Amino acid sequence: MSVPESVVLAAPIGEPAAARGAGYLWRRFRRNRLAVLALGYLVAVHAVAALAPSLPLPAPETMDLLSQFAGPSWEHPLGTDETGRDVLARLAFGARTSLAVGLSAMVMAVAVGTVLGAVSGFYGGPVETLVMRFTDGMLTIPTFFLALLVLAVFGSNIVNVVVVIGLTGWMVVARVVRAEVLRALPQDFVMASRALGVGEARLLVRHLLPQAWPSIIVAATLGVAYAVLTESALSYLGLGVQQPTPTWGNMLTGAQHYVWKSPILAVYPGAAIMGTVLAYNALGDALSDTLDPRHAGS
Amino acid sequence: MRAYVLRRLGQGAVLLLVVSVVVFTIIHAAPGGPALLVNPDVDPSMAREMEQLLGLDQPIPVQYARWLGNAVQGNFGRSYQHSLPTLRLLGDRVPNTLLLSGTALGLAVLLAVPLGTLSAVYRYTVVDYAATVAAFCGVSIPVFWLAILLIILFSVTLGWLPSAGMLTVGVPFSWGDLLRHLAMPAVVLATFPLAQLTRYVRASMVEVLAQDYIRTARAKGLPEASLLGRHALRNALIPMVTVLGVLTPRLLGGAVVTETIFAWPGLGRLAVEAAITRDYPVIMGATLLVSAVVIVCNLVTDLLYGVIDPRISLR
Repeated sequence: MSVPESVVLAAPIGEPAAARGAGYLWRRFRRNRLAVLALGYLVAVHAVAALAPSLPLPAPETMDLLSQFAGPSWEHPLGTDETGRDVLARLAFGARTSLAVGLSAMVMAVAVGTVLGAVSGFYGGPVETLVMRFTDGMLTIPTFFLALLVLAVFGSNIVNVVVVIGLTGWMVVARVVRAEVLRALPQDFVMASRALGVGEARLLVRHLLPQAWPSIIVAATLGVAYAVLTESALSYLGLGVQQPTPTWGNMLTGAQHYVWKSPILAVYPGAAIMGTVLAYNALGDALSDTLDPRHAGS
Repeated sequence: MRAYVLRRLGQGAVLLLVVSVVVFTIIHAAPGGPALLVNPDVDPSMAREMEQLLGLDQPIPVQYARWLGNAVQGNFGRSYQHSLPTLRLLGDRVPNTLLLSGTALGLAVLLAVPLGTLSAVYRYTVVDYAATVAAFCGVSIPVFWLAILLIILFSVTLGWLPSAGMLTVGVPFSWGDLLRHLAMPAVVLATFPLAQLTRYVRASMVEVLAQDYIRTARAKGLPEASLLGRHALRNALIPMVTVLGVLTPRLLGGAVVTETIFAWPGLGRLAVEAAITRDYPVIMGATLLVSAVVIVCNLVTDLLYGVIDPRISLR
């Protein structure tokens, strides 16, 4: 995963910003204009994706070989693709699929990463060594190729794609959570809780993990960006979500073949991918600055 | 130091072993095999005969043991698709991938350092904002989309650059031809590392420029250029070594997509084709080769880190 840890790790000296309440956080977030724009864009895209079936769009999978490569018109605001399917509808439904995969994969990666990171940081010793070696190992393997391999071998449906992306993107989350747990452990409240008889598991889950929330949120946001990008690459190569289900990635596969005939077809889905990934990256960066300012870039 | 290197190499070997087991299990665990993929209507008895010939009907641990025994002697079998010895197939492709990835990485580093430095020195000016936005775009743009856009511009519209392959077929070799084929793939592959590195260099330089020793040097009257070059840069580039270590696997992975789009005859494309056609020997060979390269790169990075920063000692 390409999330740079230095962006995600917190170094709060004194009260973390998150403790001061939502209004304060929002005001700080608002200062970053790019981030606010990004958030607005993301809300819009997700709304379109969620409401796609209810929108007045032609069906995305209806082919009409009599009107291939049509230009923009009232019926097809963005024209049609190589088999006469409406581009706008495919973009909207593609958003549905791409974002669904992106979010689900992120949830999986964060879940796996948090568990592994928390357990390794908290229990230390051989558990920590084992988990960390495993993490390092996973970071060494060319994960994209591994994902390709698994999908080629086990078939590429949506579930497999989500699982594969999730299982190749948890490593950074694990490292971050482990670092946070290790940072939180020496604090006094841990000793106090133990003295009060709080069980170890409860201590980990209800007291230590919440310390890691800001970093996890940032990692999750950047994780969605990574997941969407990876899904689009896999679908583009033909090993991700299969036709006729539209996803931004596989729209580009078709468009590439006809790049000499109708180059504009390649622009729309790619721009959608880039816009969304950019927005999530910007959001993640801004969240990082808002929630834990100590390590802010500038 | 020698003990450290040996220890890391040992760990690397163990890791390679684990990777080989995992990959082997994955590819053999799924139904269907190379015979089925060549011809889905193949006669079942013929398929079984093929499997027996290739030794695919034996239990997986037995197959693995045989593979491992051969592998340590340097025999990685023969490709099912190409009927060539795997090592030779890999060997043919490796220089091409090295050429592409090396050029891309070189481009990225050569451009990221000045860009990041400029960005840091002229913080919060137009230059900085432009570079930051560009860097953001660079890490967000899908590699294959950038490739398609460049193809549209340079091949379809302008006709300046070829859109596929490494050399023009049927024409005698010329460096110009190679460079024209290399240009777009290298630029595409370099984009993400360039963007990522620029952000890092900038952040690193900003931190270094705030340090006391820079202030001292300035107070002593050291000219700004000299200050940047001799004091700031050297210290700012230390973390970059680590980033390069992290970027290497990603670069090799990114090469997969880039090589596929531009039909570049490299390792990445070979690996993808092998995955799709269940060419087991090539899959194993390619995965291990790439992993080995990454392990070595990480080791080199860590050693370099120890050399550049005298505060770090290698345990």
